[in-house]
Amino acid sequence: MEEGKDNILVRQISEEKYRYGFTTDIQTDIFERGLTEDTVRLISARKDEPEWLLEFRLKAYRQWLTMKMPSWAHLNIPPIDFQNISYYAAPSVKNKGPKSTDEIDPQLMKTFDKLGVPLEERLALSGGMAVDAVMDSVSVKTTFRKNLAEKGVIFCSIGEAVREHPELVRRYLGSVVNYRDNFYAALNSAVFSDGSFVYIPKGVRCPMELSTYFRINASGTGQFERTLIVADDDSYVSYLEGCTAPMRDENQLHAAIVEIVVLDRAEVKYSTVQNWYPGDENGRGGVYNFVTKRGDLRGVNSKLSWTQVETGSAITWKYPSCVLRGDGSQGEFYSVALTNNWQQADTGTKMIHLGRNTSSTIISKGISAGHSQNSYRGLVKVGTEADGARNYSQCDSLLLGSECGAHTFPYMDIHNETAVVEHEATTSKISEDQLFYCNQRGIPTEEAIGLIVNGYAKEVLNKLPMEFAVEAQRLLSLSLENTTG
Amino acid sequence: MLRIDNLHACIGGKEILKGINLEVKAGQVHAIMGPNGSGKSTMSNVLVGHPSYEVTAGTVTFKGRNLLEMSPEDRAHEGLFMSFQYPVEIPGVSMTNFMRAALNAKRAYQGLEPVAAADFLKLMKQKREFVGLDAKFMNRSVNEGFSGGEKKRNEIFQMAVLEPSLSILDETDSGLDIDALRIVADGVNRLKSPETSVIVITHYQRLLDYIKPDIVHVLYNGRIIKTAGPELALELEERGYDWVIREFETAGK
Repeated sequence: MEEGKDNILVRQISEEKYRYGFTTDIQTDIFERGLTEDTVRLISARKDEPEWLLEFRLKAYRQWLTMKMPSWAHLNIPPIDFQNISYYAAPSVKNKGPKSTDEIDPQLMKTFDKLGVPLEERLALSGGMAVDAVMDSVSVKTTFRKNLAEKGVIFCSIGEAVREHPELVRRYLGSVVNYRDNFYAALNSAVFSDGSFVYIPKGVRCPMELSTYFRINASGTGQFERTLIVADDDSYVSYLEGCTAPMRDENQLHAAIVEIVVLDRAEVKYSTVQNWYPGDENGRGGVYNFVTKRGDLRGVNSKLSWTQVETGSAITWKYPSCVLRGDGSQGEFYSVALTNNWQQADTGTKMIHLGRNTSSTIISKGISAGHSQNSYRGLVKVGTEADGARNYSQCDSLLLGSECGAHTFPYMDIHNETAVVEHEATTSKISEDQLFYCNQRGIPTEEAIGLIVNGYAKEVLNKLPMEFAVEAQRLLSLSLENTTG
Repeated sequence: MLRIDNLHACIGGKEILKGINLEVKAGQVHAIMGPNGSGKSTMSNVLVGHPSYEVTAGTVTFKGRNLLEMSPEDRAHEGLFMSFQYPVEIPGVSMTNFMRAALNAKRAYQGLEPVAAADFLKLMKQKREFVGLDAKFMNRSVNEGFSGGEKKRNEIFQMAVLEPSLSILDETDSGLDIDALRIVADGVNRLKSPETSVIVITHYQRLLDYIKPDIVHVLYNGRIIKTAGPELALELEERGYDWVIREFETAGK
């Protein structure tokens, strides 16, 4: 398995820049810039939403008005004019009913094809992966729905779920991330557009990987997707998320919420390869990625594993977390965050131990190059009732060059004396001797850095499903081009 | 194969090589001996293009081409190999990945496709057995946690895979016990052919008991001060370097 991955990687490393930087010329239904209560109502109306959801949005909007952007992160965020963003952009679709391939604009098909996202149901080629493709504010297509439905698995856009499974959405939406949670969560709850909804029924092991591919296309817009995953008792699902955006001089805002509910003995693996446009080498343009991701492990012996490879975005603010409520529940966070040029990332996790005998593992690998700033921020909290809680955290930083920064902010908040919490941290550099040794064996410096960085991140990359691992390794190498000298 | 004329080089502004002249023909084994600090390691590092060293004068031609103009990786692709005195550890990078990258870089330089997975595995197995390293070795990180003997065997393993035309063995005997020394020397000897050459850089005669040189040079204070046949190595072992140095200094006056 490992052998195969690496083999493909070596073949795929080639001279290329951000290859997702193109735009699709397609007719787009786009709202005027600005955010008022009317905007919220208009979004809700455009999506034919029920009254309860409009109420949810409006409550969130009013809450948002009272809130301020968080300033505690180790990030330098230029002022954002929230009135200069369009909150809804939809590539034209012919009708709103169930979508089949032939109803999709051929331009859209081509776009996703170019991004390597299979919208045709080619089982063999896509490795049996079902895809929900989201461009700007709407889901364009969800594949393999019939196959999944046979098992009782629901996989569709959240908009569709609101129409077809309102009881499920109403029960769980906002139950993990309350709209009051933080500034961006409130904003998202007010204006969220599409995203994916997943429900895995009791006792079902989802027969294929589910994935959502997010694409920003229109300019001057923000993307506010919302994903909700519910894994019922004794179920299992592996879910993947990929993201890209065109190269633009302006900064684009992406503020998403991902909520995951894990019930008794269920297991969810959530993997992200985040490759939003990072801006150019002078720090111009790029996506602001302000995301709230949280899983609620309500069930006994439930399990949630977050794996993220973050190479894109100008600024990342993101802490995929686990609330370990069920006795014996397990949370995992595996992260590789790479920053180059003028990118900034403040990312990590929160592991909140509430149930007995809960355990969590945090493996974070930061890589900083250029003038970038890369911070790990993590909280391990153990509540008074959480007897026998265990945590292991390992936070490593790798510095390439002398102009960049790596920072580690681990917080511990322990209220139970039976808890065992371990934390390890290292900082290292790639030495000239290592590079020269590679050179002497004929390996050019850039490739040598890619090799060393991928080796450093291996522990995390190995947690990714095969297709993603290959993509992630390639991205790590590409994102580090021109870091030498 | 290799021709060095009046080579001067310095590190950190300090001149270490002060006019080296040397010619290595195909099929020859040259030994370069000398006391500590005479410039032996500088010479090998300059030949492979280590960025810390600056060449201030002189020329080096390798297979008819100007070696000093070539990048370190192109020198490797052209067939120059150095067995490092202190092979560096590269954590997280498996020997498999490292060797594949090295081999494919060379193949790309030669305009060849990357090596097929099955051929690669076969080659690794064959070369690994050549220096007596077991299968687990390929999954270990490059040199990480290797014993002194394993590190040197790994160098010879890489040499066997990359099939260089000129190999420089920089103090390959340092830190080796007699068994490891034998395995390493045996590897070098079996790789020898009429088309390939070896430069053995060593402080002691010991390694030369196993790798028989055709020509022995004494390097002192950045210059080659004596060149003779293999018997010179034995004499140096017996009498030390002082007499050669005295002889050289007397001749200079």
